[in-house]
Amino acid sequence: MEAREIVFDFLEGYDLLGAFWVTVKLTVYSALGSLIWGTLLAGMRVGPVPLMRGFGTAYVNVIRNIPLTVIIVFASLGLFQTLQVQLGGGGDFEVINFRLAVLGLSLYTAAFVCEALRSGINTVPAGQAEAARALGLSFTQVLRLIILPQAFRAVVNPLANVLIALTKNTTVAAAIGVVEAAYLMKDMIEAEAQLILISAVFAFGFICLTLPTGLLLGWVSKKVAVKR
Amino acid sequence: MSGVSVTKAAEDAAPAGADLVVLSNVNKHFGALHVLQDIDLTIASGEVVVVIGPSGSGKSTLCRTINRLETIDSGAISIDGKPLPQEGKELARLRADVGMVFQSFNLFAHKTVLENVMLGQIKVRRTDKKLAEEKARALLDRVGVGVQADKYPAQLSGGQQQRVAIARALAMDPKVMLFDEPTSALDPEMINEVLEVMQQLAREGMTMVVVTHEMGFARSAANRVVFMADGKIVEEATPDQFFSNPRSDRAKDFLSKILHH
Ligand SMILES: Nc1ncnc2c1ncn2[C@@H]1O[C@H](COP(=O)(O)OP(=O)(O)OP(=O)(O)O)[C@@H](O)[C@H]1O
Ligand SMILES: [Mg+2]
Repeated sequence: MEAREIVFDFLEGYDLLGAFWVTVKLTVYSALGSLIWGTLLAGMRVGPVPLMRGFGTAYVNVIRNIPLTVIIVFASLGLFQTLQVQLGGGGDFEVINFRLAVLGLSLYTAAFVCEALRSGINTVPAGQAEAARALGLSFTQVLRLIILPQAFRAVVNPLANVLIALTKNTTVAAAIGVVEAAYLMKDMIEAEAQLILISAVFAFGFICLTLPTGLLLGWVSKKVAVKR
Repeated sequence: MSGVSVTKAAEDAAPAGADLVVLSNVNKHFGALHVLQDIDLTIASGEVVVVIGPSGSGKSTLCRTINRLETIDSGAISIDGKPLPQEGKELARLRADVGMVFQSFNLFAHKTVLENVMLGQIKVRRTDKKLAEEKARALLDRVGVGVQADKYPAQLSGGQQQRVAIARALAMDPKVMLFDEPTSALDPEMINEVLEVMQQLAREGMTMVVVTHEMGFARSAANRVVFMADGKIVEEATPDQFFSNPRSDRAKDFLSKILHH
């Protein structure tokens, strides 16, 4: 009891759990956002409309080559401070910055989701789509009912990697003042003389988030795999 | 038998003998390769046409142009009097009327056998789920795989999968069925179970275009044999005429090869 208090007393007065909770929220919202947008992008990239294919390709190649920090800072400085985009935040900086961070993370991560999914789509034999078309299903029905369900099952593991990367990437939101784990860590390192311990605590916190994600999705991946 | 009708209800079926599928002067290229050359072919309602010919002669391509899985460069194709429309809603509707059975079965791998046979009914025909299931089960019984309804395709033998694929196509009440080498991917002992289902369909008056090298099937079920070589229809005859007395040298040559193996 004693030893624990002495070693960890630097934690006192900091809302460690609160900060990690923000990290979790950033991750979950951005994961959902990027999953939806990434799926739409993948649909565009394999679709029959040249304009959409071109857009999908250009989007992925531009976005995944821009540093995330630039995207997040642009969201804050460009969208919010210059264009007054508040995303319904009603003037509340904390809310606005959180939402902008989710937007930036989603737009960025969607490029990776799209590419993972596209590789999954490539694992689905052409005969599957042909049989579906021959039944009279429309392009979107073929994609939604036949191709994507099989593609998703094939890429659970790559998507898990994207999710783990996203979890760690949420730390970039600190750059625009979102009080998540990395923001708090910087605060604490500046205030306390415990660099190594503080870093270890935060590293451990992230591992607690990402390790179960990887294990769970690894199990899901085996469970849902399509047998051919 | 289950009493499920597989041919279109009498009122909207073309009268037996009327032209159902008409290809006129159809041409298609794959790059420089002229795979279909001036194809004229008319298939009457209720007719069973077997297409045979050497590998690469364009049989699959011909079959696939009929429901526009392959586009054509020139000429015209019409089904039940309607020309094939451009890609879109109307084409999808027309494809629903043309059943297709593939060499590699192509059952939806992530869906059960039953779901495979229900999907088109529900999503294309907008049939009520319960009715779709009843019909799917009846069709699966008909092709002899009723007990496999809740399995996934990969758990079935090739012969069983192909019979499910036939049931899936029949569930749409097609006006015509296209078969592209339906037994070529099967182990010999499974070929007959599939051919028997096809024989029965033929007897019930289904209009069928069948690419196959199964001479027994051609002799017993076909009204007409179409022989293709190098993208052209070289010869058309009744099975008897064709097998016992082929006119063209290409056909004689081809038959001597497949009959003596
Ligand atoms: N998608 C394609 N792109 C380019 N060439 C193709 C394509 N599909 C078929 N071909 C070529 O067109 C020709 C006819 O092919 P098709 O599959 O129609 O022949 P087939 O008579 O069905 O032969 P098989 O008995 O081997 O199935 C072949 O030379 C083939 O290589
Ligand atoms: Mg072929």
